[in-house]
Amino acid sequence: MKLQLSGKLLSTAACFMIALSAPALSSAADTIKFGVAGAHSGDLASYGLPTVKAAELVVEKVNANGGINGKKVELLVEDDVCKPEVATNTATKLISDGVDVVLGHICSGATKAALPIYSNAGVLVMSPSATNPALTQSGEYPNFFRTIAPDDAQAKIDVEFALNNLGYTKIAVIHDKGDYGKGFAEFAKKFLEDSGKAEVVLYEGVTPGAVDYSAIVQKIKRSGAQAVMFGGYHPEASKIISMMRKKRLKTDFISDDGVKDNTFIKVAGKDAEGAYASGPKDTTKNPLSIQAVEEHKEKYGADPGAFFENAYSAALAMLNAIEKAGSTDLDALKKALQTEKVDTPVGSIYFDDKGDAIGVGFSVYQVQNGEFVEL
Amino acid sequence: MFTLKEIKKTVLISLWFVFLTFPLMVIKVDPIEKTVLWRWHNALYVAIGIFCIRCLIEFFRHRKQQKEKKKKNSSDDSQALIHRILVDPRKRNIMLGVLLSLVVIFPFVFDTYQTNIMITALMYVVLGLGLNIVVGMAGLLDLGFVAFYAVGAYSYALLNHHFGLGFWAVLPIGGGLAAFAGILLGFPVLRLRGDYLAIVTLGFGEIIRLILENWNEFSMGPSGISNIDRPYFFGINLSLEHSILYLYYIMILFLIVTIFIVNRLQNSRLGRAWIALREDEIACQAMGIDKRKTKLVAFALGAFWAGVVGVIFAAKTTFINPASFTFLESAIILSIVVLGGMGSIVGVIFGALILILLPEYLRALSEYRMLAFGAILVAMMVFRPQGLISKIRRTYTFKQE
Amino acid sequence: MDYFIELFCSGITRGAIYALIALGYTMVYGIIGLINFAHGEIYMIGAFTSFIVATVLSIYGFPLLAIIVVAGVAAAVWSSAYGFTIEKIAYKPLRHAPRLSPLISAIGMSIFLQNYVLLAQTSDFLPFPELIPDFAFMEPIAHIVGSSDLVILITTTVVMIILTFVIKFTRIGKAMRATAQDRTMAMLVGINVNNVISATFIIGSALAAIGGMLIASHIGQINFYIGFIAGIKAFTAAVLGGIGSIPGAVLGSLVLGLTESFATGYVSSDYEDVFAFALLVLILIFKPSGLLGKDETQKV
Repeated sequence: MKLQLSGKLLSTAACFMIALSAPALSSAADTIKFGVAGAHSGDLASYGLPTVKAAELVVEKVNANGGINGKKVELLVEDDVCKPEVATNTATKLISDGVDVVLGHICSGATKAALPIYSNAGVLVMSPSATNPALTQSGEYPNFFRTIAPDDAQAKIDVEFALNNLGYTKIAVIHDKGDYGKGFAEFAKKFLEDSGKAEVVLYEGVTPGAVDYSAIVQKIKRSGAQAVMFGGYHPEASKIISMMRKKRLKTDFISDDGVKDNTFIKVAGKDAEGAYASGPKDTTKNPLSIQAVEEHKEKYGADPGAFFENAYSAALAMLNAIEKAGSTDLDALKKALQTEKVDTPVGSIYFDDKGDAIGVGFSVYQVQNGEFVEL
Repeated sequence: MFTLKEIKKTVLISLWFVFLTFPLMVIKVDPIEKTVLWRWHNALYVAIGIFCIRCLIEFFRHRKQQKEKKKKNSSDDSQALIHRILVDPRKRNIMLGVLLSLVVIFPFVFDTYQTNIMITALMYVVLGLGLNIVVGMAGLLDLGFVAFYAVGAYSYALLNHHFGLGFWAVLPIGGGLAAFAGILLGFPVLRLRGDYLAIVTLGFGEIIRLILENWNEFSMGPSGISNIDRPYFFGINLSLEHSILYLYYIMILFLIVTIFIVNRLQNSRLGRAWIALREDEIACQAMGIDKRKTKLVAFALGAFWAGVVGVIFAAKTTFINPASFTFLESAIILSIVVLGGMGSIVGVIFGALILILLPEYLRALSEYRMLAFGAILVAMMVFRPQGLISKIRRTYTFKQE
Repeated sequence: MDYFIELFCSGITRGAIYALIALGYTMVYGIIGLINFAHGEIYMIGAFTSFIVATVLSIYGFPLLAIIVVAGVAAAVWSSAYGFTIEKIAYKPLRHAPRLSPLISAIGMSIFLQNYVLLAQTSDFLPFPELIPDFAFMEPIAHIVGSSDLVILITTTVVMIILTFVIKFTRIGKAMRATAQDRTMAMLVGINVNNVISATFIIGSALAAIGGMLIASHIGQINFYIGFIAGIKAFTAAVLGGIGSIPGAVLGSLVLGLTESFATGYVSSDYEDVFAFALLVLILIFKPSGLLGKDETQKV
């Protein structure tokens, strides 16, 4: 039995490998291959899956209207678990499958690891959520674009709002130790200190997924901060704000785009009232945004998740660029992205020569009566 | 073959699973909109699915039993095919030759993606062989092996970033630093046994990761280190495809060296001391083996390999951050060792190839990928608890003239 | 001083939370010597089941008390069923296998269950209904100890007392202790070891489910991944206290919770886990089998 099992195992493994590598060799060129890469399993799946749904919705609609330049769009969805080492495999897999453009990756770290591989193959990459400033500002990744503002831009808006509009002088900066949250927090701290108007009374990271945040809340209370500036995503934000309110702490809460998500209000409920978060401008009144959310509700029976609108916009922008450029050549696409404005759920956007979106207006929102209201 | 009683039992089991999965599979609530979705069709799928799976398992069990009955009459060949090949030098040389040529032409037959994941798999083979020294041979359960891997990776990333040191220069340094970390961890925990050791090593792994995450001035924190140099080929900067190819051959060479050394170690004085230590500590001490030194050497050697693979890892991905060094990674490496068969070199190779390539080839299943991975892990352990290829202890037979 | 008391209370709450999960770990370990990595997932499934049941009931307009009772019972029943089934599928066939094989099986089970819930339900975070209302009498000290903290503390205490009682004095408890000491001997004196092991899994899982419900209500949200981190922490706590010992699990959890809380309060929450694990290493160096663990004499 042992003998046969190992023999069988070998042969099945061999068949498996051949069967799976076969389609890679015979790639048909009559479709536009649209890659979607990001975390689709593991602890960060909730940030990656909405992007897949956005891409599905956009592509479905485009194909129903006859495709782009007469070609159908084909989706290639690959998981990277938000890990750099898996992301490089994901990227080579997509390249081997002959991908033309990629929507992703979700996490900045995974994106950084994957970009050299795409750049080598001349593939355009647009992320709905990778906010690390170096991705565009360093100039090392010429094939990278994004439909979300970098960490420093968001931190700047939040800091200016806290100092000028709210007039605070003592602020606690808290982050979730992740690349997104800590990146934001570092910039917020720097801008606060540079301004000379306010003092950072506390700068700390909380452990994501911890069962209880009361100790850090007591520390915030003791620091005498007038406001908490939080860098990170909505699950930790809602836990911290709920715990603050439970401990009868009325300190204001200011946060980033990772928190400006309807799930934050749903989860934190009445505790979320009065919290501030920065995010893309007036998406709720944008007809395209309303339409995108409606489509999602119709198809999946639920509200869209994190970065859905950014992903929807990125998909639209890339497909529009392919249509305008008439090819999937990187330079032609870049030119189209930089010159052609496109209407998306996050606004009418085009891109600067570094890859950041222009026209993604940012503003600060406040939770009022269970809704984010632009201030 | 299937009696009525069996079918009845299968139906009952299916019903039990329908009950079990009822709240999670059937009901879906939306707490905001206050709506409930009853997905009754899912209950049906569960029932049918479990029924079929149970039938399949019973069928195979039945067949296996019949075969075993037959086997009792014929000659008893319980050894795995691979061991019988390895025992015969001629067959072994043929197999190694075939394997080597297959491995060498692999990148030319398959595309870059296949080569790339093969590099990853080979890295895990070496990691598995390293951990195999600690867990398989010396019997020290280490749940924080990934810490040494991180030490190696960060050595290369930091030395490359700050001082521009090349891949080949850092390769021994990374291994050395990791081995040093291994000794550092080894000293205080030598007294601990079994699962207490496991939790301390788990803690050590987490501590290393948390320091990398929090100490920005040193490790650049969670945003990680990017643009790490790929290995140069005699001073020439290679293109991406060529450097993947180059890395592949480096990895093959390194694997061969590792297998050679580990194989020699296994039959050395030290290797036997490890195995003796694993079997019985007190008896081992009574035989005059220095427990402290032997355990420390096991830790240091295991860590050394992890460190070296860490350097290769950093060179391969060109970007590292602490997210790559979580506990789950340690668990995967441990699974490789146990799944392959503890202490068996061939087993570890198979274990790593299966566990690392499986999730990649399961990509075809998209969102069911990790579900299948978990299920396969359980199934493999249940059906082959001793590992795929279990180690054969050296036996000496006394032949009468 | 106020600050000290505040930190102390949050440490105790955190410890009580860990204890509810750690008890299950320690019971299973005591009986079959297995680090049951899937235990965190049982806790998560308990939280999910109570979430689903509570939400359905509240939609149909049941009173709060009924919701709490029914959701709690449902969570305990289903979690126990999962615990029971997992033991039968993934651990029982491995009872005579090499020591590490069930561990890998447990890791596989944990990955499987996480993804099962992810696929069957959702990847999103879901708001957990607030099952524990703010008690009026707690209002003066609400800034230090909340109502849910109090409920968790009381539950942990009650559970520990009942469990100690069950293990010390009942028939099944005696059988459990006998099995833990020597399985073969227990079989010889007529104990059905299979039933005892199943009972251990059922009790441990039910505790995790109650914990899941209370903790989820305390934090206010759940998703499929909550079991993993909580599980690792609870496991650490169980080892700290001496794995296999019930009072040890509670003591270890409290020590771990307090360490984390004080580390956050007086040093930095950046390094709270570093302190927790460093403490673990220190304690184990001086007491190699945990705070309340028995030193087993080694035999040749």
